[in-house]
Amino acid sequence: MADLFDKFDGIIAERNALLKSGALDPFKVTMDQVLSETEAMIDGRHTILVGTYNYMGMTFHPDVMDAAEEALRASGTGTTGSRVLNGTYSSHVAVEEALKEFYGAEHAIVFSTGYLANLGLCSTLTGKGDYIIIDADSHASIYDGCAMGNADIVRFKHNSPEDLEKRLRRLPPEAGKLVVLEGVYSMLGDVAPLKELVAVAKSFDAMVLVDEAHSMGFIGPSGRGVTEAEGLEDQVDFIIGTFSKSVGTVGGFAVSNHPKFEVLRLVCRPYMFTASLPPSVVASAEKSIRLLMHADNRRAHLWENSKALHYGLRSQGFGLATPEAESAIIAVILPDQETTVRMWNALLLRGIYVNMARPPATPAGIFLLRLSLCASHTAEQVDTILEAFAAAANDIGLALPLPEAAE
Amino acid sequence: MTQTQADVCNVLYGIIGPFNTKGIGLKPETTFAGDLELDSLTVMDLVAAIEDEFDIILPLNMLPDLETIDQVAAAVVSIQQK
Repeated sequence: MADLFDKFDGIIAERNALLKSGALDPFKVTMDQVLSETEAMIDGRHTILVGTYNYMGMTFHPDVMDAAEEALRASGTGTTGSRVLNGTYSSHVAVEEALKEFYGAEHAIVFSTGYLANLGLCSTLTGKGDYIIIDADSHASIYDGCAMGNADIVRFKHNSPEDLEKRLRRLPPEAGKLVVLEGVYSMLGDVAPLKELVAVAKSFDAMVLVDEAHSMGFIGPSGRGVTEAEGLEDQVDFIIGTFSKSVGTVGGFAVSNHPKFEVLRLVCRPYMFTASLPPSVVASAEKSIRLLMHADNRRAHLWENSKALHYGLRSQGFGLATPEAESAIIAVILPDQETTVRMWNALLLRGIYVNMARPPATPAGIFLLRLSLCASHTAEQVDTILEAFAAAANDIGLALPLPEAAE
Repeated sequence: MTQTQADVCNVLYGIIGPFNTKGIGLKPETTFAGDLELDSLTVMDLVAAIEDEFDIILPLNMLPDLETIDQVAAAVVSIQQK
C-alpha cells in the first residue's frame, strides 16, 4: 500500500541531517514567557525579539489591552460562527468603521486572517476568462488565492514595470485583469516601485490590488502604506492588510471604494465559510487602528531603529538585501544554508531571535536572516543586537566582510 | 509564422539548456520534475523564458498538465494558433 507520506521523505531527511549537526530546531522555538513586545524567555534565555513583525509595538499597549479585556468580559471568548450567520457583533462593524476612517475608504471587510483576505480576493475577484497578474515574489497567500480561483495566472518579474508591461501587452485587451502587488515585500524588505507598476497596469485597464501587510502603520504620512506614500490612493482599487503586524493582534481586511465591493460578503468563500474573529480581538484591533492614526512618534522611532540596524550591520560587513533601510525589515544575505542555520543558532544562544528564510519562500538561491524592527526597541537593544551579530559571526568562524556585502 | 510541434521542441531544448544543470540528454518525453529535477520556482522562471521566446502567455495554472517537453511544445503551438 502506498504511504501518502513518502513524498515528504526528502524534506524529512534534510531536516534530520540539520538536527544531527547539532542545530537547534527552528520550528520548535517556544516563547516560554513573553515579557514585552520586544523580549521573551526562550529555553531559559532572556531574548530580544527582532523577528516578530510587531512593527508598531501595539501588543502590550495598555489601551489596546483594556479594550480587549472589556470586550472579553462583555461578549465572551468567541463568536462560534461565520460573519454571515451569528458571527457579526457590533465590534466587528466597529472595526470595519475604524478601517474606513484609517484609509479614508468607502468600504472595509474584515477577514479572520490576512491569509484569508488574500485567498478571498484573489480567488473571487477574477474568474474564468479573466487574468490575474502577480509579482514573482508574491506571498504564498496570493499564489494560493490564484490556485483556488479559475482565472489564468500570469507571473511577472519581481518589481519590474517593463516585464509587467510586456506580459499585459500579450493579453486580450477586452479580458478582465487584476494586477496584484505588495507595498513592501517581506522576504527582502524592499519597497515596490508602485507608481510605475500602477501606471502600467492602468494603461492596460487592469484593476489593481495592493497588499500593504508590511507597510501599514509606518509608511506614508498617515501610515496607510506605500500606496499613500506614492500618492496612488485614487488609482489602487483594493488594499489588503492584516491585524497581525502593526495592529498587534490577528485578522485580515480589504478596503475599497468600488461601489459594488460589499457583494463580496455574499460570494467570497474564505469570508463566509470560517468563524469570525473573537470580540476581544476585534475590539483590540479597533483601538489599535485608531491609535495608529496618530502614532507619529512611534513611526519616527521605528525608522530610526531600522536605519541604525541597517547601517550597523552594513558597517560590520554583512551583505544586506536593500542598499538602505526601505522598510522595517532588514534582510541579511548569507552564502548558504549551513552558514545561515549556524548563524541563526549562534544568535539564539546569545539571546537574539531573528527569522531564517530559504527558497522557495525566498527568491531562488537566496538564504536570509531577516530582522523586523519594532517601534518599542530601544536604541540600546539595537546596539545589543549589533554586538550579538558580530559575536555570533565570530562564534561560527564567519569572516567579515562577506563577499555578498560588495553587491 | 506557425511552427510545428517538432520545431518548437528544438527551440525549447535551447531554452532549457541553462536550467539543465544535470546535463540530461533532452528528448520530447523528458520530464521537468522527474528527469530535470526542477523545483517549482525554477519551473516558473523557465516558463517566463519560454513566454518571452514565443511572445505568448503560458498561464501558470496550465503547468500541472505539462510534464514533458513535448507537452509544452503542444501547448505553445496551440496558444500560437489561438
